[in-house]
Amino acid sequence: MTINDIINPANLVYAKTKVMNDVPMHYCPGCSHGVVHKLIAEIIEEMDFQEKTIAIAPVGCAVFAYKYLDIDWQQAAHGRAPALATAVKRLLPDRLVFTYQGDGDLAAIGTAETIHAANRGENIAIIFINNGIYGMTGGQMAPTTLMGMKSSTSPNGRTVPLNGHPLDITKLLAQLDGTCYVTRQSVHTVGTVRKTKKAIRLAFENSMAGKGTSVVEIVSTCNSGWKMTPEASNDWMVENMFPVFPMGDLKNL
Amino acid sequence: MAKIKGAVVVNVERCKGCNLCVVACPSNVLALNKEANSKGYNYSAMVDADSCVGCAACALVCPDACITVYKVRI
Ligand SMILES: Cc1ncc(C[n+]2csc(CCOP(=O)(O)OP(=O)(O)O)c2C)c(N)n1
Ligand code: SF4
Ligand code: SF4
Ligand code: SF4
Repeated sequence: MTINDIINPANLVYAKTKVMNDVPMHYCPGCSHGVVHKLIAEIIEEMDFQEKTIAIAPVGCAVFAYKYLDIDWQQAAHGRAPALATAVKRLLPDRLVFTYQGDGDLAAIGTAETIHAANRGENIAIIFINNGIYGMTGGQMAPTTLMGMKSSTSPNGRTVPLNGHPLDITKLLAQLDGTCYVTRQSVHTVGTVRKTKKAIRLAFENSMAGKGTSVVEIVSTCNSGWKMTPEASNDWMVENMFPVFPMGDLKNL
Repeated sequence: MAKIKGAVVVNVERCKGCNLCVVACPSNVLALNKEANSKGYNYSAMVDADSCVGCAACALVCPDACITVYKVRI
């Protein structure tokens, strides 16, 4: 049997979903954003929700997410995605509404919108990409930057007296009565990619079932900002990010 | 016992040469090509096609959805 015999539509086991179009994504090689985009697209295809989804894009590297997934999008002012999602979901409750936000967007400038949307229990899903840094603007320190971690605005490493402690906003959101599902995942291996897909699917189903706010944090890499290869970034994430931001469900009602 | 044979097709122009598929493959099927695509990225390619089992590990971790996977039982 030759390779050409195997490469036949009848033998297909995996291909890019059509919900993700053919526009090349602007993300750096190996960036976690791409994996999460792909999972979201696959879930929307599997749920048959392409015509019924309205996503809210953030400010940050994912600002152009609307170019790559063929669903309806709005792009929010920096940090305001949960407020915009609130309005969209209340006006069009039959749509699947989710935000896609980085840690700078969600946990710095958008802290108020995030906390209050979750506390009100808006029927939205929040997809939170935590790469510990402001990727888009050149690797500045974020609220999620680890102790001792170097960034362009903490060149000698983050310290408590100068910068305060890393903010575990996901843990905080799990305390609020409005959240129904709060989980922390990653996308650096086959197993974790599969788990994250299940988590995002559950968050989307919760949104449609009117159960309240679901938050899926994906602990991610920003290899450009961290100044490492994609592979070394994954190892660094496991070694340094996971102890501070541990994997698993924080709440599942 | 049935034998499983797989094969992958990499979308050369979409590939950014990040190497994550190469690391994820349990059978060391893939490697970055010495040739680059039109954007200058050394794209991923099968170097040991015989060992592919069609597990799709490479495709699942690819951030740019470049890999299509096929599998047959023989
Ligand atoms: C009101 C406002 N303030 C600041 C900025 C500059 N800015 C653009 S992206 C960004 C941070 C993005 O970081 P993050 O949300 O972690 O996303 P990433 O790029 O890492 O995916 C900042 C501060 C802006 N665009 N608008
Ligand atoms: S700067 Fe970081 S977060 Fe942004 S695309 Fe590059 S690797 Fe991804
Ligand atoms: S399908 Fe599996 S065995 Fe084949 S190249 Fe991909 S990871 Fe390797
Ligand atoms: S994971 Fe995807 S983008 Fe990265 S080298 Fe492999 S095929 Fe190319």
